[in-house]
Amino acid sequence: MATKADTLFSTLADPTRRAIFERLCRDGELTVRALTDQAGVSQPAVSKHLGVLKLAGLVHDRRAGRETHYSAQPRALAPLIDWMSLHGAFWRDRFDRLEALLNRMDQ
Amino acid sequence: MTEPATRSVIVERELPHPPEKVWRALTQGHLLEEWLMKNDFQPVVGHRFTFRATPLPYWNGVLDCEVLIVEPNRQLSYRWNASGDEAAGGLKTIVTWTLTPTKDGVLVRMEQSGFRPEEEVNLRGAEHGWQRNFGNLERVVAGLT
Repeated sequence: MATKADTLFSTLADPTRRAIFERLCRDGELTVRALTDQAGVSQPAVSKHLGVLKLAGLVHDRRAGRETHYSAQPRALAPLIDWMSLHGAFWRDRFDRLEALLNRMDQ
Repeated sequence: MTEPATRSVIVERELPHPPEKVWRALTQGHLLEEWLMKNDFQPVVGHRFTFRATPLPYWNGVLDCEVLIVEPNRQLSYRWNASGDEAAGGLKTIVTWTLTPTKDGVLVRMEQSGFRPEEEVNLRGAEHGWQRNFGNLERVVAGLT
C-alpha cells in the first residue's frame, strides 16, 4: 500500500505537476484556465494534474459558479520534511558548516 | 501503557581537529551561531535557551532548549523542542553530542532522539513536521524547482 510519503514523492516527480504546484505557491488561488495559459499543456491535462495534486493533499479546490479555483496546500509537504529530518539531512548540512568553521578557527 | 516508540537521527563524522577545539565550536555562543543558529546558549546544566532562525510558513523559527549534560570535551546534551503555540503538538526531542578522541582527531556523534513515528505525525496533522525543517525548507523548496 502506498504511504502518504509515496504518494507525495510520486506526485512531485512529474515536472508539469511541480510547475503547477509552484505557480500556485507563488501566485495564490488560480483557476484551471489561468493555470493552462502558462502550463504549456492542454486544459484537460492541467485538470488531470490538479486531480493528482489534490489526491496528494497538495492543492485545495473551491467552486465558485462555473469555475473551480485551486490553491496550494504547502503543509502537505510535511512528509518530505519529515523524511529529510529522519535521514539527517539537516544535521549533515550543519556538520559541513561546523567543519568549515573548525578549519577557519585557530587552535 | 507502553511509551510510543520513537526514532533517532544519528550523524557521525570524524574530524581532524582536537576535541577541545570542537568543544568550543559546540559551546561558545558566537561560534555556535556561525554553523548552527542564533542562540543564548551557555554550557550550564539547567540553563534554558533558544535557537532562533528566520521564521518559515508553519514554523515560528524558535526552538526552546534546556541544557541537560555538560561534560567538557566529551558530551553535551540539550532539549530541542518546538516553542510557543507550536509546542503542544510539536517537536520534542533531545540532541546529544558525544566526542571520542581518535588517532587523527575526534569522532563527533550527534544523536537527536524522540522523533515520533510517522503514523503519529499523520494523525496529528501535518503542521508539526514543518517545525523539524529548520533552515532546510528553503533548500527543499529550491530543490523542487
